[in-house]
Parts: sequence; C-alpha cells; structure tokens
Amino acid sequence: MAIYEKTASRFRGKFDNLPEGHSLVNLGPSHPATHGILQNVVQLDGERIVDTEAVIGYVHRCFEKLGEKYDYNQFLVCTDRMNYVSTPLNNIGWILTVENLMQIQVPDRVTYVRMIISELSRIMDHIICQGILGVDLGAFSGMLHMFHHRENIYTIIEKLTGARLTTTFCRVGGMERDIYPEFASEVKMVTKGLKPALDEFRDLLLRNKIFNERTAGIGGISAEEALAYGYSGPNLRAAGVDHDVRKDTPYMLYDKVDFDVPIGEDGSVLHRALVRAEEMYQSIRIIEQLVDNIPSGNYHADLPHIFLPEKQKVYTSMEELIYHFKIIMHGVKVPVGEQYFATEAANGELGFYIVSEGEKSPWRVHVRRPCFWFYQSFPDLVKGGLLADSIATMSSLNVIAGELDC
Amino acid sequence: MKEKVENFLQSKLSQFVLKSEPINSNIPTYSIKSEGVVPVIKALKEDSELKFDFLNDLTAIDWLGKRNPRFELCYLLKSPSNKHFRIMLKAAIEDGEGIHSITSLFKGANWPEREIFDLFGIEFINHPYMDRIILPDNFQGHPLRKDFPLEGFGQDYLISDLLHIHQEE
Repeated sequence: MAIYEKTASRFRGKFDNLPEGHSLVNLGPSHPATHGILQNVVQLDGERIVDTEAVIGYVHRCFEKLGEKYDYNQFLVCTDRMNYVSTPLNNIGWILTVENLMQIQVPDRVTYVRMIISELSRIMDHIICQGILGVDLGAFSGMLHMFHHRENIYTIIEKLTGARLTTTFCRVGGMERDIYPEFASEVKMVTKGLKPALDEFRDLLLRNKIFNERTAGIGGISAEEALAYGYSGPNLRAAGVDHDVRKDTPYMLYDKVDFDVPIGEDGSVLHRALVRAEEMYQSIRIIEQLVDNIPSGNYHADLPHIFLPEKQKVYTSMEELIYHFKIIMHGVKVPVGEQYFATEAANGELGFYIVSEGEKSPWRVHVRRPCFWFYQSFPDLVKGGLLADSIATMSSLNVIAGELDC
Repeated sequence: MKEKVENFLQSKLSQFVLKSEPINSNIPTYSIKSEGVVPVIKALKEDSELKFDFLNDLTAIDWLGKRNPRFELCYLLKSPSNKHFRIMLKAAIEDGEGIHSITSLFKGANWPEREIFDLFGIEFINHPYMDRIILPDNFQGHPLRKDFPLEGFGQDYLISDLLHIHQEE
C-alpha cells in the first residue's frame, strides 16, 4: 500500500459520488490559507461548505516516544517544538510538572521571572493570532504594526535564553542562568510601548467596520458544544465559559496577582479576537504587578544533585565535577509516581502527564495539547458557511501544526 | 470531594470498581473494569452533585513486561462545578482486546481515541470512524508500544513505495 493510498481512495470515492453541482476542493497541506501544514478536503456547493474533513499528521515527530528515551531535562527541547509561537509557555509547563512530581520548591525569584516570561509569551502568541487573522481577511497593516513589538519581546527572550524560537527556557530546579541586569527595565519598556500599540491595533482592526461585519457571527460554537469537544483557553472563553487554569487551579503565583478573565458570548471569530485582545491587556497588568518586585536571591533551588553546577567550578572543584558527571550521565532522580499538571498556555489548557518508574527517563509522557482537542470540531464550525469564512475561522482558532501533531 | 467520589463509586458502581494499590499521584486514581468504562463515566457525568462533565484527557500506557494486563487506558475527568476537581479512571486491557468508545458521552473523545488506536493499536468499539489519524496509511506497527524500536522498523518499505510511484509516472 502506498503512503496515503487509503486516504486517497476514500477521497476518490467521495469525488466519484459527488452530487450534481458539488465540487471537492483540497485546502492544504501546503497552502497560504492554512498556517502550518494542515489539510482540509472541502466539499462545496457553489460557495457553501457542505462537508469538511481535516487530515492531520504532517508534522508528527512522536515526541511522546522520544520522551521515553530522553531524560527530564532533555525532553525540554521537544517542548520547544510543540507550540513554536509561544515556546517558553511549553517549557514552563513541562518543568512545573517535573518539579511537582519531585516536590521541588524553587526560589521566588525564579517564579517571578517564569511568570513574566509566560505572560510575555502569551502576548507574543496572541499578536501572531490576531495579526494573521487580519492578514487572512486582507488587512496587512495590523500585523506589521504589532510585529515591531513582538520583536521587542523576542529581543528580551533572546538575551535571556540565547535563542529566539527554540528557547529551552528553565531547567528542573530553576533557570539555566540568572536574568541580566537590565531585564526589569527592558520588560517595562516593552509593556510601556505595547499599551498604546494595542490601543492603536484595536482601533485599526478590531473596531474596523469591515472587520466587524466580516467576522461577527461566523464560525461560532455554543458553550455546551465547546465543552463537549474539550475546548479550553481563549476559544472556550469566547463561547462564554469562564474557565481559566490560572484562576481555577492556580499554579506559580497566579493566585497572588490581580487579573480579569475576559469572556465572549457566541464563540464567533469576532469574539475570539476580542477575548484575545483583552487578554493581552490583562497579561500586561500581571507583568506590571511583578516586574518591580522581582526578589533578589538565587536563580535556582539549592539542590546540587538536581541542578547543574556552574561550568567554571566544574573545572576547578572536585565536588562540582562529581555532581556534573552524575547529572549528565544519570539524569535527575525522580520518584516513582504519576503526575498530571495543567498550565494555561496561549491556546488553552496544556497538560503534561508523566508516569515515572524511578528511572532516568519517564516510563510514559503524554501531552494534552489544546489544539488537538478543539481542531476536531473544525468541520462543525464551518459547515454551511462560506469557503472564505472557513479561512477566517481557521486562523481565529489559532491551530499550530507543531502542537496539533506533537 | 475525594471522599464523595469514593463513596459514589463504592455505593453505586461497586460491580465495576477494582481494588487498586495506592499510587503516588497528584490526582485521585481509580481502577475500573474495562467493560465498565461507559456506565461509570456516564454515571459520573450525569450525577447532579459530582458532575464530571468535562473530558480533560484521554490516553493509554503500555506496561509491557511490568504489569498484566498489558495496556491501561487513562480517562482524566474534570468537574468544573466542583472547583475543577480532577479524577483519573484507569481501565486495563490485554493486547488485542477492544474497549468501548465514549464518543457517545463526549464528542471530544473522537480524535484522542483514534490517536490511541494509531499509536498503541487499541481498537475502540462503536467508534464512528476507527482509522489511523496521524501516521500514513502504510505505516507498519504502532510506535508508542514498548516493543516498537525507537528508530522504527527501517524505511525500506517507504522508499520502495516512492520508487513505485516514480516508475508509474
């Protein structure tokens, strides 16, 4: 059997039995309207969508299998490649899961920086989603305008981690290195510049009459349907359900900071865009509460058998050399047990499930990817609508292929 | 909340609940019989007090060489009206055995079940469309099984496939 023989013959059968006047259109896998490698085979009656079938799996790398061979710090590079628009959120989700399983308490300084970076990543993700939504509807300027500010966030992340996209932020027990001296002032500068930019973006795109008429009421989903499909994050909140992992089961210091959870009404493209826009303001609010109060202290927990020693000391001190060797060769020691830990990533509830047998690598790793759960409802969302609306629906859902296939 | 769930399972669904050894987990975990998956989840979902009406996660574990039966299905349920309390239900099945699909209870179980079929080779009964979802149609084996080598079974069959297509053209 050839690679996609079964799929192809199924679609050929569908094509042969098409009703009079219907046509079968292939959107993707590599198409400007599908962000990432996603394929949709759409049955059209004129401009109306009769039926859609999503074909996924083009970016599958089986990270869950790799996770069974890598040790706990190595799997971090896999999480980089899941949601590549807001990488640090994945890194933090994984590290928090491992730390919870090992019952490690990290210093407050680490938590503060992690939270600031989380919220900056959320803004990064939402800028892309909003910008691309505009581009798909023919409004290019909004995205270009916001990209300048996204670049500023990237500069901070690059200075902090050494990479822009594959950040590999954090290690079990702390961060890879301490924050640089101008970190706080630079974050403040970015948020200061972001606020007027977001206002302008709102006036430019979200309050635009054409955009409003184009997106209102299309691609909607009711709250009950959204819950049945396992929606989470901004897409669920746009449907009017008040779920946010940061509020429901607080982690890090989210129960100590003040922020609101914006809620939409009909789950349509417009409401998703509005919810994401408001979330960016709330993220800035969280950052502002934290950035002035980053406590001084160490950038990692005082656990020499878990956190790698400074490289300089490895060359000169016996004890550090031994710890370095032990951690590199045998990994960190994780107790036997299981852990499911959910964090609020930019797209919704990102959960990591670890089953540990006390060895170097986990027995089983599972990632609950928000995209995978809500993308299966895509045929329902676009059924009966126009083909052009399906493009807007797709970009407003913010499906990231790397996260979808994992 | 944990006691409530335990009481509920013991009083109403004791015929499906198995005795399980306590495990080190942050989520209360209960073992159930594989034939009890649909009735237990249905009862937990429809109970007016517990209301586990959100399917949070669905996955499987391969315990090859460690436990018998080999596979374990993990259903993570969440109760949004009870402070988002989560519980994990585990159903063990042997290789080649099927398990009933819960797509009739949760629409969202559709793709996760297909993913488990694709990566573990566990078949779900009464699923609307049970076929591979992620891997290509001609892929051999199920990669998340422990006896599947990390590097795969080699790419020969894929290459001969491509050559075949090339010759046809």
